[in-house]
Order: sequence, then C-alpha cells, then structure tokens
Amino acid sequence: MGRYIARRLLVAIPTLIAISFVMYAILALAPIDPLAAFGADPRVPPETRERIREAWGLNEPWPIRYMKWLAALVRGDFGTSFMSRAAVGDLIWQRLPNTLAVVGVAYIVGVLIALPAGILSAVRRNTPLDHVISTAAYVGFSVPTFFTGILLVIIFSIKLQWLTFLYDSTLKITDGPSLIAQIKQSIMPIAVLGLFNAAVLTRYVRASMLENLPLDYVRTAHAKGLGERVVVLGHVMRNSLIPVVTLIALGVPTVFGGAIVTEQIFHVPGIGELLVTSIGTGDTPVVAGVVMIFAALVVGFNLLADLLYAVLDPRIRYS
Amino acid sequence: MGVAVLVAACSQGAQPSPTATGGGAATATTAPVTRGQGGDLKILYWQAPTILNPHQATGTKDNDASRLMIEPMAAFGPDGKPVPVLAAQIPTIDNGGVARDLLKVTWKLKTGVKWSDGTPFTADDAVFSFQYQCNEKAAASTDAACADVASFAAQGADTVVITYKQPTPFYYIWGVGLSYGILQKAQFSACPDEKAKDCPANLKPIGTGPYKLREFKPGDVVLYDMNENYRDANKPFFKTVTFKGGGDAVASARAVCQTGEVDFGWNLQVEAAVLRPMVEGTESKCSVVPEYGVLERIHVNFADPSASLGDRRAEPDTKHPFFSDINVRKAVAMVANRQSVADQLYGKYGGAPTCNVVVIPESFVSKNTANEAVCKYDPAAAEKLLQDNGWVKGADGVRAKGGVRLEITYQTSTNAVRQKTQDIIKADLEKIGFRVTLRNSPAATFFTNTAPDGANKFFADLEEFASGQEPDPLSTLLGYTCDNRAGKDNNWNKPNYSRYCNPEYDKQVNIVRTELDAAKRTAAAIAANDILVKDVVVIPLVNRVAPTADGASKLLKGHRTSAFESSVWDIADWSK
Repeated sequence: MGRYIARRLLVAIPTLIAISFVMYAILALAPIDPLAAFGADPRVPPETRERIREAWGLNEPWPIRYMKWLAALVRGDFGTSFMSRAAVGDLIWQRLPNTLAVVGVAYIVGVLIALPAGILSAVRRNTPLDHVISTAAYVGFSVPTFFTGILLVIIFSIKLQWLTFLYDSTLKITDGPSLIAQIKQSIMPIAVLGLFNAAVLTRYVRASMLENLPLDYVRTAHAKGLGERVVVLGHVMRNSLIPVVTLIALGVPTVFGGAIVTEQIFHVPGIGELLVTSIGTGDTPVVAGVVMIFAALVVGFNLLADLLYAVLDPRIRYS
Repeated sequence: MGVAVLVAACSQGAQPSPTATGGGAATATTAPVTRGQGGDLKILYWQAPTILNPHQATGTKDNDASRLMIEPMAAFGPDGKPVPVLAAQIPTIDNGGVARDLLKVTWKLKTGVKWSDGTPFTADDAVFSFQYQCNEKAAASTDAACADVASFAAQGADTVVITYKQPTPFYYIWGVGLSYGILQKAQFSACPDEKAKDCPANLKPIGTGPYKLREFKPGDVVLYDMNENYRDANKPFFKTVTFKGGGDAVASARAVCQTGEVDFGWNLQVEAAVLRPMVEGTESKCSVVPEYGVLERIHVNFADPSASLGDRRAEPDTKHPFFSDINVRKAVAMVANRQSVADQLYGKYGGAPTCNVVVIPESFVSKNTANEAVCKYDPAAAEKLLQDNGWVKGADGVRAKGGVRLEITYQTSTNAVRQKTQDIIKADLEKIGFRVTLRNSPAATFFTNTAPDGANKFFADLEEFASGQEPDPLSTLLGYTCDNRAGKDNNWNKPNYSRYCNPEYDKQVNIVRTELDAAKRTAAAIAANDILVKDVVVIPLVNRVAPTADGASKLLKGHRTSAFESSVWDIADWSK
C-alpha cells in the first residue's frame, strides 16, 4: 500500500508539470490582453501601455516566462497579480473562507439531502414518494443555477425583501446576531448549490441502491430474518455507497474551484469569482495559480478516492 | 479612441478662456451636516477595485476607489471648469498664476492640510508625486502628459510651479483631474523606480481625502473610515464607506433601484428596456441622472480610398470620387436617422441625439445647427438633392454620374450597438440610391495606426466611432485642420482622419488657439463646429453618456456628476 501511494505521488509530478505547461501555453497564446482593461482610454497612450507591458514582464517570449513562473512555483511562489500587484497566493487565501462557507457548506448540504432521498427513493421504488423524489431530482439538475439563483433573488430580495443578495465578506461571526446575518446572506447561494448537488447525487445513490437490492446477499439477509432497517442500512447501503463515496471524493476539488455562476450572482468573493474575473481581465498569474491549485486537488483527490475504494471494498487490493 | 485628439491638445499652442477663475462655480448645495453623522455609505461597482494607487490603476474602478483618499490639486467640475481640491485657488492669467507666455503655471496649495496619518501635506508631496508618475521606471499609467512638461518645482511649502516645454493654452492639462492624484512622499519614496509597481503602499495608500482605508480585499471590497484629519471640519457626513465590487450591471441596478441595499451603483450599463422600468417604476428606490459627453459620429472621407491607388491610397492630396460633391455628402447626412439610433439603441440612459461636433461643456455647444437641412432626417429631400444634381439611378437602383457610382464602404469597430447603427443607416442610404458595404473590425485593430482597416488609415468612405471630449474644445477641433491630416508621411498619427482641409475652418481654429478674449474665443469655437456640420465633414449621431450612468439612491443628497471626473469625485459632499 505504501509503495502504491509513493508510486502514485511520483506519477503525479509529471502529470502536474504537463498540466501546467498546457495551461500556460493556452493562456500565453490566447488573445487576451491584460492591458485591454484600459480600453480606448485616451489618457493611456500606446507608449504608456508599452512601458507597463515591459514592467509586467510581458515582453519576454512566453516559454521563458513559463520557465521563470515554474521555477517560482516550485519554491511555492505563485507570482504577482497584474491587476492588484498583490501575491496570487494571498488573493487565493483571502477568498478560500468565502468559498468554503458557501460552496463547501452547500456540498455538505447536498450530500446530506441526497443520501436519505436516494435510499428512500430506491427502497420505495415506484411509489408516489419515489416519483416525487425522482422528479425533483430531474428538475433540480436540469434547471441551471443561474436561473434558480436569479429566481431566488427576485422572490426573496426584490419582492419580499427578506434577504440580501450582496454577500458581505467582511462579516465576522462573533455572536448570535452576526451568525444570523451570516445565515441570511448565505442561505440563498447555499440553497441554490446545495439543491443542485443533491439532485445530481440522489440519482447516483438511487441507481446504486437499485443495483444492489435484487442481489442474492440481500435475499440471504432477509432469509436470515433480519429486519428491513438492518438489511437496507447495514447491508445494501454499505455496498451501494462504494461508488457514491468515490464520486463525492472526486467532487471535493470542485468545491475549492468555487462556483462561478452562483458566486457571481450573489457577489460572493470566492475562488470561482476570482478565476472568472481574472480570465476577463487577462490577469494570467492569477488564472495560472487557481488552475494549478485546482489541478493539484484533482490529482490528490483522485488518489484519495482510489484509496477509499480499497478501504470500503475489501476485494480491492493495491500493491 | 481619442488618443490622437488628446495628444494634439498637449502640443499645440492656443489660449484658453480666462474665465476659469476661483471655483465658486461648484460648491455643494447640501444642508449643513456634521462630520460622521451618517452611518455607512454603501457603494457597488460591478468591476471590483484591485489596486488603490491611481497611478498604477488599470481601470476606472481603481481610480474611483482611490479617489476617496487620494486627491488632485483641482478637479474639472460639471461645467468643465477647474474646482480647487488641494489647491487654494485656480491659477489664471488674471490672478497671476499663469505666465503670459503660457509656459509657467503657479499653483498655490491650501495650507494646514494634513494627511490622514496626521502629518502635514506640503508642496514637496505634490512635486514628488508628479516625478513619480513621470518616472518611466515606475511605469505609471498616468504619464501621458509628461512629455509636455519641462519641470515641476516646489517654492516653499505651499507653492508648486509647473513649467511647460511649449506655450500651453490649455494650461490645466497638467495637475487637474483624475490622473493627477497626489501621493504621500513619505509613504511612496520607500518604493523608488522599478519597485513602484509592487509597492505594498499601492494597496494601502495614505491620502488627504475625506476617507482613510480600514481594510482592502483586492477584487472584492474596500472599507473606509472617515478621515478625522480631513480639512473640512463638517465633512464627510458618512462615518464609514463600504465600496463593494463584483457582479454585473444588472445586479447593480437591482441592488440600488429595487432592493435598495446600496446607496450608489456605478455604471448601470443595462439595456434601456431593462433599466427603464427599474429606475422609473413606482417602487423604484433610485434615480439616474446621466451626463453626456462622448460623441458617436460618422466621418466622411475627403481623400480617395480606392485600393487601385496603391501607396497613394487615401493620401491627403487625393480627392474622393463623389464625396468631393457637397450634395452627395449632404444627402448622406440627411438620411442619418440619429433620432432613431438614439431612441432604439441608446435610450435615455445611454445617449441623446446631437448634431454638433463639440458636445460639452455646455458653454461651447452651438445652438445654430439644429435647424440646418443636414441635421434633419429627410430621405425624400436627400433623394431630390441627388436627382437635381445629376446623380441618376441606374438599372440596379444605384445612382451614378459620369461613370462614378455611389458605392460606399462604411466601417466601424466590432460592437453590437455599432453594427445595429450601421444597419439602420445602410437601409436608408440604399433607399435613396447608394450601395453600401458594411465592415467592422475588433476595437484592438480598429483603433491603431497599423492595421489597414484601422480608423486612422480610413481606407473606406464612411467610418463611425466615438471619443470623449475635454473641458476645452480645442483638442476636438484640432482633429479637422489641414495640418493634422493623417497620411503616410506622418505614419497616420495625426488626428484628422477625414483629410478635411478648409482655410476658413483653420482660421476659426486659430482664433480658438490664440484668442485671449473668452467671448471671441467661444464664438470662434462655435463657428468652427458649425462649419464641420454644414460642410458635412462629420455626421454627429449620439451624445453618449460620460463617464457613466450611475444610479443613486433617492435618499442620497449632494451628489453631482461631472463628465470629466470620477463618479465619486465629490463624495465628501454626499449625505442622506
């Protein structure tokens, strides 16, 4: 097992380097210009733009820029944002709490809804309850988050005026009222994302349960005289969850990647929002930093998912 | 887009109006307020500020967020006249602040002004700041006018002397407005030359403005506290400011007009059909008072853009095959449906139709053009004009005279609104016997002097674009003089893309350039504007919103928009 992990980690290094190269090449060759932020501003003439380009180190050929960037990355330095002249690491670090508070919580909420809903739906197959859950799940993942997000804003912020849709990242939770304020400002984005996640996962849980329910070991368990609850939760669920757990583990990196659309709608200054504005303004060091972290997380959680598999399913052994 | 225009303004000699005195024109009309009486002022920008040093800024959002702290010597008020900020008074020829040779401008600064850290503000700070922005190694985004200045020097603690290299009629070009925010020497001298761009102070500058920084999260939010050392003991009204960034223009409009979560929403650049009901509905919590000052217009080519001329293509000494006939130009102007373009594509919060070349400030805007035939949409009269002058329709519906067919290439930059404008105008032109080919190229190539389909080269018959205007009309007017015709020998760097040349027009511009008497100078500027319109050099379409159409809560008082300034330039005067 230890050797397996070591081998996987060694393979991860060239994988990440390859990812970084492809990503950097795409960014360098894409027609995005960080100086485009000046637009047609007559107060910033071409000579000034040229000087700024030079100061930002954009005049060097991109392979050289890539090597320098990679060398700095190995030392743990993500570089400096063009737009804010702040360290990219700091910018990401600053946004992580917001992303975890909204996207992370929404992910947990999604899992907590999906597990019981999927199990119930499978066990009570073809009953009205199953139909309700399945239909809700289909609707949930078919309706895009930008639609549900705006719908909630219109209902709860504009019509009813109950909730704010501008997320305040400076709110510090110190007492009851500030906790309520935090819940009030994050309930809509969490609901949007949580229900979407739940809808996607419910279908997997249900399908996986349905695969296991007719198997012989279930019949054996029933024949032994075990109660319904013990059979479903103790036997069927444990086996059905193996693929689901993998799925959940593989989904964790997307939490750190933020939720671009939802963060945008509710003005949550998370990592997704950072990524999308940086792409828009051509702030390539930030884009590169976020993408690399995301890549590392994907590689890491892939490994974790594989290891979890072995833990959950004794038939699987790595050597 | 107005690059050439602005550059021209800085290098030509002329005399500005001496009426720009004092600054009494722009004092706030709010009731007396007590400092810090208000609570939190909430501002929403759908582009988030990322840096707070205006000289390292990459956009309006940064300039505006820094403007709460960093101030210039003076600002251009809504009428285009300078209003003192850190200056004690506006220098003029009459008060001796401007030398008669128009080379030297002496700025007296307010005394007793303190930085928000309590240290005194002096002329040394101003001089340091000017040197900082003109230091090439600092790569400031505000160094445009540096080439025209010979020196800045402090005289004592409260006087700054600016010496221009050439007589500079618009002598406020240096030191007034957005680009000339003054940094604290003590803070920024720690980051000389190349260190300037990565200076930690860029994210937490100390200023003289009404607010000081509490917390800044780049790309997200800026929190300010009132500056206890601010020079006006009764201001600012709001104790704190939250300057939030992100989202999009529609969300900003919702937040200021529908939910009322914020007091001020920047640049509600939203389709008129969406914005109007939000602003004008009975439940609306906001108002939008647009200021205009960016002219969207069509230029007529006086040179011959035929590709067959090769190297000589559109050179100033060639003659356009049919636009050299004033009647053809007039016919084009008479089918330019500016009303319909303005109503359908821009709306009240986007722009208003205009038939002038100089559109701001108000005192320089001509009142003579509205009744001109070329300013009225009249396809029937246009068609008759062509018919009467021998332009006869052929079998294919295209008019021709002596073998010259009225075939037009009409170019502009790639932009949905511009392409729709092209469609509207093309339809009318084709009805009266023109054949029109539309062309558009991306802004990045259209606004360069290198691309063959760029605006400067103007290898087409008509072209459409827009540019902002300065508080003085000279720079705009210089875009049409004989000397300034763009061509091969000046690498298409001169601003007269139409290659128009009219000694009568040049005479009027020369008066604007040299006349000391304000009334005569204004009259000449208006006369020059009228020539451009009546001679159909330019077909003005829409006077667009400048700088932005901001939404302000109906409760917010004391806010005034200036087309020449940041949206928050007078934030010290805001109250509720």
